[in-house]
Amino acid sequence: MSADTHSHHDDHHDDHHGDHDHGTMGQLMIGFALAAILTIIPFGLVMAEVEMDRTTLVGIIMGLGAVQIVVHLKFFLHLSTKSEEGSTFMSTMLAVIILVIVLAGSLWVMHNMNENMMPEHEMDQMIEEMQSLQSQQG
Amino acid sequence: MANAQPAETFSPIFGRLTFEWIPVHEPILVATFAGVALGGLAVLALMTYFKLWGPLWRDWVVSVDHKKIGIMYMVLGFVMMIRGFADALMMRAQQAMAAGGSEGWLPPHHYDQVFTAHGVIMIFFVAMPFVTGIMNYVMPMQIGARDVAFPFLNNFSFWMTVSGALLVNISLFIGEFARVGWLAFPPLSGSSYSTGPGMDYYLWALQIAGVGTTLSGINLIATVLKMRAPGMKLMDMPIFTWTALITNVLIVAAFPVLTATLALLTLDRYADFHFFTNDFGGNAMMYINLIWIWGHPEVYILIIPCFGVFSEIVSTFSRKPIFGYKTMVWATACIMVLSFVVWLHHFFTMGSGANVNTFFGITTMIIAVPTGVKIFNWLFTMYKGSVRLEVPMLWTIGFLVTFTIGGMTGVLLAVPPVDFQLHNTLFLIAHFHNVIIGGVVFAVYAAVSYWWPKAFGFQMSDKWGKRSFWFWFIGFYVAFMPLYALGLMGVTRRMNSYVDAGWQPYFIVAAIGAVLILMGILCTFMNFYVSIRDRKQNRVGGDPWDARTLEWATQSPPAAYNFPFDLEVKGREAFWTMKQQGFKWPTENYKPIHMPKGTATGVVLSAIAMIFGFAMVWYIWWLAILSFAAMVGIGIAHTFNYKRDYYIPVDEVAATEAKGAAV
Repeated sequence: MSADTHSHHDDHHDDHHGDHDHGTMGQLMIGFALAAILTIIPFGLVMAEVEMDRTTLVGIIMGLGAVQIVVHLKFFLHLSTKSEEGSTFMSTMLAVIILVIVLAGSLWVMHNMNENMMPEHEMDQMIEEMQSLQSQQG
Repeated sequence: MANAQPAETFSPIFGRLTFEWIPVHEPILVATFAGVALGGLAVLALMTYFKLWGPLWRDWVVSVDHKKIGIMYMVLGFVMMIRGFADALMMRAQQAMAAGGSEGWLPPHHYDQVFTAHGVIMIFFVAMPFVTGIMNYVMPMQIGARDVAFPFLNNFSFWMTVSGALLVNISLFIGEFARVGWLAFPPLSGSSYSTGPGMDYYLWALQIAGVGTTLSGINLIATVLKMRAPGMKLMDMPIFTWTALITNVLIVAAFPVLTATLALLTLDRYADFHFFTNDFGGNAMMYINLIWIWGHPEVYILIIPCFGVFSEIVSTFSRKPIFGYKTMVWATACIMVLSFVVWLHHFFTMGSGANVNTFFGITTMIIAVPTGVKIFNWLFTMYKGSVRLEVPMLWTIGFLVTFTIGGMTGVLLAVPPVDFQLHNTLFLIAHFHNVIIGGVVFAVYAAVSYWWPKAFGFQMSDKWGKRSFWFWFIGFYVAFMPLYALGLMGVTRRMNSYVDAGWQPYFIVAAIGAVLILMGILCTFMNFYVSIRDRKQNRVGGDPWDARTLEWATQSPPAAYNFPFDLEVKGREAFWTMKQQGFKWPTENYKPIHMPKGTATGVVLSAIAMIFGFAMVWYIWWLAILSFAAMVGIGIAHTFNYKRDYYIPVDEVAATEAKGAAV
């Protein structure tokens, strides 16, 4: 069987542009430049100790990280809607969807659980009450 | 049983394994061991007498043939089903006795191991091998391929699953098994509450078998995507192949979550981490959240290939193409995605609050819709078809009735307020046995009776097949309907004994049901025996059922290369179209056929993996290090093995084909 597979494989190569699977030097350089820029910016923000709201700073770093992932997928892993009859792209999309579901879902579920099962303000109140009880007895 | 566990000791050579861990003081286990040992010795003696060791090793153990591996998965499933069902009988007997102050015959320490082992074995080492086995056997032939994409990996995956199963069985006679329920929730499964080796047997058995499952998932996806006969588009694939593809996507997406979760728990237990403890910021609820992110897709991993099995059977025995092919494919795809957004319905009661519960309640009800679509597709396939009530079709109709009931109790449980009443009661137990027995087990029996003549070249006994069906079908209702009633009364699961004597009659009825199911299982084994004994009278050709998909274009049993020539496929139901056009295999101009070669690496690696697991369970560190190094070394050495293929010469192909044509 694998003899046949080999011949198919060669056919595919002839159909496509020869460089399709591995990317051109130009693409790699663009990817490298983008990746470098996307790394320098967050490092710069932190090292220069830019005056900024902490949440915004974390948001920017995370956002740039997400863009970085896309850059890697596109320029280094050559993810496109065309390769392998689209199944590479489809499977990446499925992986992303499932990752989002699992991460967002877990955060949502666990956050709500913590809110309901261990409300912080009530905890604080309880600790205070305990302390005051102890001090009365003490 | 005040002191059920021996004291923890540690020696550098044997770790914490001492002679006290051999359960010689437990009469039940000693008797079981005697039985297993005698049976095992008898098998060994017979094998030696008939000189079967060579053929077993050459033709099966080292074989990378997807058909042989598929059959070995089925054998593993049936063997482990005996073990898992023995556990079930023990539990039914215990609960039928232990009412109103009686303690029954199983002490809690033993009973807790029995229900844990029952769940773990039935899901991981019975249901999973069964569905993997069926996919392995049927799918490559349905797409006109000669083997899977990675034949060696397939052999390795199988033996890793066997290693996991063996590790669970070893725990029966050396040490003990976990006492935590089949999903091993912490803190109970953490190091402070589960001392001893039982929980560690659980972890390593599942991790080792999990390697096999994940690799097999990757392998079968690659097979469907890359090995289809030229001309077969995705939307031309038989429904079973579609369900195999989608199941394996689910395996690849979900099993890493299980692996990671169990790895975190292993770190908690072995390296004093605190992922799931109450101290140092850990959270036991995170384990429950994670394990169900795997756990819910897992139940669909089990049932989706079964839907495929029924689709093939319904269409063949109604002599019609499947009704609504596209809706069938899309329904399966919807179930695949939706199965990832319902996991919280397993722990509505954990306290995520009303809006979270509402979301997951609704998604759970939505997932019933594509499943309902499938039920109607099967019914409409039968409608106005010329239905033949052969044994596979009996199982299918039994499934349609039983699974629909189980599905409806599932939708009931999806309502959060109702679930607060029924959570962890026997109603839940009845529900999931309703869908797993009515769905998966019935599908496996249907598949075995449907593809048996293909695999072995002779029909199974009709009489024993029907007996098996009726015992299983009736036995299921007698065994599990009482549990629904008990669940509504508030009886919780996993009880060793109970006070209310009013519950006892229900438990006794359930025990009778279990005995009926036992009769069904015995009839199945009788069926194997009778069919093999009468095989000469019941020989069949390649296509005994007048079926529609490509696996029936081969000889029965298929030659090692499946198809003597490369196929060109046009449209759905390729074999049916070929038959309409009067297709016959040419009898000359054969070409040599390129095939993968068997290798012992898979079984050797898996055996060492089992030793590694055993060493980790008992803290025998030197052996763990040694066996791990050996695995890595042999794995690397295998990459230098370039003798992986061979050509079947033309003469041999011609001879095989002539022999097949003579039937």
